[in-house]
Amino acid sequence: MSPNLRIASRFLTARKRAMLMSLSCIVLGVGLFVVTQATTSGFELFFIRTILGTNGAIRIEDKIQDTIRSMAAAGNEGGSNFRIAMRNEGKKYIEGIEEPKLLTDALRRFANVAGVSSVLRGGVYIRSSFRTEAVQVFGINLDDQLRVSDLEHQIVQGNLDDFRSSPSGALLGREMADRLQLDVGASFVLDALGESRRYRVSALYETGVSDIDRVRVYLNMGEARSLLKRPTGASFLQVNVYDKDRAPQDAAQIEATLQYSAASWQEREKVWLEAFRALTYSSAITVSVFTLIAGLAMFNTLAMIVMEKTKEIAILRSMGYTRRDISRIFLWQAAIVLMLGTVAGWALGAVVTYAISYIPIRIRGILSADTFIVNWSIWHYVAATLISVLMVMAASLIPARRAARLEPGDVIRGTAQ
Amino acid sequence: MSADESSSSGLRPPASGLPSPASGLPSPASVLRTPASDTVALRCANIHRYLGTGEGRVHVLRGVSFEAHRGQVEAVVGPSGCGKSTLLYLLGLLDRQEEGDIWINGRLMSNSSDAERTAARGANIGFVFQFHFLMQEFTSLENVMMPMRKLGRLAESEMHDRATQLLAAVGLGDKTHRLGSQLSGGEQQRVAIARALANAPAIILADEPTGNLDQRNSGIVFDLLTRLAKENGQAVILVTHNPEIANRCDAVRPMRDGVFV
Repeated sequence: MSPNLRIASRFLTARKRAMLMSLSCIVLGVGLFVVTQATTSGFELFFIRTILGTNGAIRIEDKIQDTIRSMAAAGNEGGSNFRIAMRNEGKKYIEGIEEPKLLTDALRRFANVAGVSSVLRGGVYIRSSFRTEAVQVFGINLDDQLRVSDLEHQIVQGNLDDFRSSPSGALLGREMADRLQLDVGASFVLDALGESRRYRVSALYETGVSDIDRVRVYLNMGEARSLLKRPTGASFLQVNVYDKDRAPQDAAQIEATLQYSAASWQEREKVWLEAFRALTYSSAITVSVFTLIAGLAMFNTLAMIVMEKTKEIAILRSMGYTRRDISRIFLWQAAIVLMLGTVAGWALGAVVTYAISYIPIRIRGILSADTFIVNWSIWHYVAATLISVLMVMAASLIPARRAARLEPGDVIRGTAQ
Repeated sequence: MSADESSSSGLRPPASGLPSPASGLPSPASVLRTPASDTVALRCANIHRYLGTGEGRVHVLRGVSFEAHRGQVEAVVGPSGCGKSTLLYLLGLLDRQEEGDIWINGRLMSNSSDAERTAARGANIGFVFQFHFLMQEFTSLENVMMPMRKLGRLAESEMHDRATQLLAAVGLGDKTHRLGSQLSGGEQQRVAIARALANAPAIILADEPTGNLDQRNSGIVFDLLTRLAKENGQAVILVTHNPEIANRCDAVRPMRDGVFV
């Protein structure tokens, strides 16, 4: 043990209560930072999983057709070499996918694409013996859809085999089924384009996203085409990717090469993702107040120790301890409390995070959760540590420098005379 | 001093690293010594020092010159405020003079950097103050080991042995593990003397070391300081108000209004 560390550890005992105050603030600061980050990022990640599991990583919807204006704008910019550049001005979108199979084949050539599913969408009315509501039919090829979503795991009642084998089978969101008082096996009527057809509930799914669970009825593609009277084409293609974080780049590349509008999950859910980010930052800032208090408490404690220990500082200087040694003795004190507080804070954070993950809480709307969702990440602990180090050590610098600047002659003269 | 005397005092030369001058081996201080000033451990010339600012500025030392020799105990006496302690802190490189020069073991320290002065203090100078200034959170042994730990010339076990010997030499061999706060004033001052001797410095500066002690303890502390310093060939400069103590020193330098008279 270095002489400075040895002295620092003994000086710590000089103001036990004040040091305990700093220590507890660090423990609380680090612990609560970890807990809030674990819960906010837990819900955020779960929300992202829900998005990817329902609407996929990329949605390809409309064909882009350049107008004369957009082509002219691109041509002028490029000088004499005429080329078609991607510009939003004057761009025309043609709704839907004309040749879903060709586009699917083209998409499968992208390295990051893991699966593609054609979906035909159309507005209909659903009637049960209880009530009538406006909903949306989603015509899917089940096996393709399972490759681009978590539908398989979202089934809460009934089974997919029944849907696969029965042309009149339908998948209903649980929220919709509850409103219409429909159970698995029950029949209902869909009204579209002046025609009514009867279907049977094969299974109920629940994504947790109200906008989906309330309005989406899955039918087999053939049946949907027949009901919506659209024998060819698709409304959109849902794409799954291997690396979800690369979705924006892939979407841009798809748009540029295939001339179809492609929206990544980050673009589609920007509002919610921003809300989560704001929540993460605001909770981090709020909880960092504890660490700030820890820093102030440490400043106060060290400043008091410096005042009380001026004679000791002078005698240490007379023994050959340098200004840097004196500064280090006080910084070591802060570092010791910081280390103890951080480790205890980690433990507190981990225990509370674990406990919170078992607290029952029913959340429906943008995701489906029955308990608090937490995310275990080493980076939460690293960030908490960095913040507490920054606050506490910054607060300790001033008293440490003040101690180092003390002139031993002045101190001893003041005492001796 | 003979080896027997050294042993009888309870203070043997350290096993390595910090040989006492009395042991016949070169001391850390002697490495810096110039041949011309072989017996002079400390010298100052024409020292001026002002204290305070503005109208309250006082010319405390007015051209003081002084030499301290190895193995000699010199007393600086004078009324309060005459500049005795100020001179001592300047000689101990704890303060800076406005004018004049100071040599420690023949090395000019007047314009040296703070780091050089600090290093010189650690290696060559031992201080004993009126108000003991022990570290109350540390034991006697740890207090004595503190300067040795900073100097870092001895191994931990050697430091421990030397500190134990020094404490035995000042009569506190049975109180090595007592905290500073658990010792009487006289005992604390004896620990401070042991601490001042820890690095076998060439110079001991004592600012009224007996000023806070009763007569019996004053005698014990003074005897110890002078005996150990003489045994080890160290120069002792002692500031005191006590004429009895001053008269027992090798030389007495009366001071008045910032000059020796």
